[in-house]
Amino acid sequence: MNHIAIKMLMGDRGKYLGIVMGLTFASLIMTQQPAIFLGLMSRSYSFISDVGLPDIWVMDEKVQFVDDIKPLQDTELYRVRGVSGVEWAMPMYKGLLKARLADGTFQTCNVVGLDDATLIGGPPVMLEGRLEDLRRSDGVIVDIDGARDKLGKPSPMSGGKPIALKVGDSLELNDRRAIVVGIAKVTRTFQSQPVVYTTYSRAKNYAPKERKLLSFVLVKAKPGQDLAELTRRIRATTGLAAYTREEFMSLTYEYFMRNTGIPINFGISVLLGFIVGAAIAGQTFYNFTLENLRQFGVLKAMGTSNWTLLRMILLQAVLVGTIGYGLGVGLTALFGYSMRHTILAFKFPWQLLLFSGAGVSLICVFAALISILKVIRLEPAIVFKG
Amino acid sequence: MNPSSLAVHCQNVVKIYDTGDQKVTALNGVNLDIALGELMMLVGPSGCGKTTLISVIAGILDQDSGYCEVFGEDLLNMSNQHKLNFRARNIGFVFQAFNLLPALSAAENVSVPLIINGMKRNDAERKAVAVLEQVGLGARATALPSELSGGQQQRVAIARALIHSPRLIVCDEPTSALDHETGHNVMTLLKDVALHNDRALVIVTHDARIFDFADRIAEMDDGHIVEVKGVGVQASPASTSKACTPVAAKP
Repeated sequence: MNHIAIKMLMGDRGKYLGIVMGLTFASLIMTQQPAIFLGLMSRSYSFISDVGLPDIWVMDEKVQFVDDIKPLQDTELYRVRGVSGVEWAMPMYKGLLKARLADGTFQTCNVVGLDDATLIGGPPVMLEGRLEDLRRSDGVIVDIDGARDKLGKPSPMSGGKPIALKVGDSLELNDRRAIVVGIAKVTRTFQSQPVVYTTYSRAKNYAPKERKLLSFVLVKAKPGQDLAELTRRIRATTGLAAYTREEFMSLTYEYFMRNTGIPINFGISVLLGFIVGAAIAGQTFYNFTLENLRQFGVLKAMGTSNWTLLRMILLQAVLVGTIGYGLGVGLTALFGYSMRHTILAFKFPWQLLLFSGAGVSLICVFAALISILKVIRLEPAIVFKG
Repeated sequence: MNPSSLAVHCQNVVKIYDTGDQKVTALNGVNLDIALGELMMLVGPSGCGKTTLISVIAGILDQDSGYCEVFGEDLLNMSNQHKLNFRARNIGFVFQAFNLLPALSAAENVSVPLIINGMKRNDAERKAVAVLEQVGLGARATALPSELSGGQQQRVAIARALIHSPRLIVCDEPTSALDHETGHNVMTLLKDVALHNDRALVIVTHDARIFDFADRIAEMDDGHIVEVKGVGVQASPASTSKACTPVAAKP
């Protein structure tokens, strides 16, 4: 009877397309919106995930997320180095500084100061120049997105795209000269500000004079050292907060989840997509079944069992669900691919496929269920009614 | 009549529809026997209970009381599964509105009863083409119902009703949507192809033009069988009242 179910479904092209479109829309919204949400949220901790080498991040105990800088005294670095189980500990400066651009405007940049000797905490991928070039006088490394866009030189044509910063170009950071010695690829941050890497000592020169300027201490554990134990020991010894990389990412992620309206906004979009998709697909599928009620009645009169009819309706629901889901997910993937070079945040993990798959399945089960009830209650004697 | 020669034996069958506000008695103690090899027509005004009676006889509606035996089997006391199997094997349906599945070709429509009875699709469709040839539609086996005329659709419906060789064929107004000539052809086909000594045909109709084909005509009114007449007998005025077409005399 399966082929009959499929033919019944596809025989009514308009209804069939309506159901598939409804499910495609629901699936699209249920994957695209969370993918943007996940992309945005992953940007909240992208700075941490880009710094691969250290095991533990040490900071002021009041820090709530990665951009919530509460500076430490430089002497804290030595206290951390004194904790047993620490292989090495390096300073890192992170702060927002204003860069003066060639046209006289200002752009806030995320300036990162790396340990002068080891340059630990540098960008993950160098596109031009080398990390060691930071040791050159006034040297800075700029991220490619910032270099192309926000830090770019004004176009000679009015309204034209900015001219990307190149190695050798200069800019002013807090009235101090900085020479671009490299271009790096970094993961975009939540605020999408340009990231400028320099040495720790030079960053302190760029930053406004303050008594404390050390943002983080990056720690590498000795081989075989239990990280949880070491973070406990650092906390106990120094009175500072110490997190493993994953813990710090999670702390940052949860701060944004709790303290911004982003999850609610995206949650509403996803919920609306689900409701609208369920309404369109459910209603169309139900109407489709209603219009075919006489046909189901004929099959029932001829001896088809409720179980077989139920299987037929489920097959129809699974078929439209699979096609709608495939189209929706495909469109989402296409959307993500076409936006890959833009500022748009987009992350499409396999778990999201499961999530939207579950959502579409739920819609199909709901649509099939209301239709099945109608068919099961159907009196086959309906076939004799005019 | 010898019980073994009966296709249908109904005794004091009562069916009441409860619509909530009121109760409508559709069958009020119907007694009817249909012999094997017989073509029985049910006539009577609209709402007299004809359709309810064939629904009970076909096993798609349970009576409230009384007894209805089809080929010796008491339908009311059958389990649902048994009744489904019984219908699938023994009953063929022909409807006024044809009730073909619009998305299926003629051959696919005709093959449906065989598929319900468990035959493989390819075998069923092969046999369907052969039956369509019997009803003169072999060349239109792949046509969709929408591509067929009313008469052709009814012939497809007859082929569907016959393909699994059911012993009882139940027809509801099989000719009312057809012109005189096509209706005549359809009845000839039904009588020639469907009716054998081990089978029976029950036809509900208002169409006086086909009364000639009946072996007996049962007139119904107000939930009763008013009269059962043999061939060549003038119908009573009861059957001619209300929406019913007057019953013509046999030639």
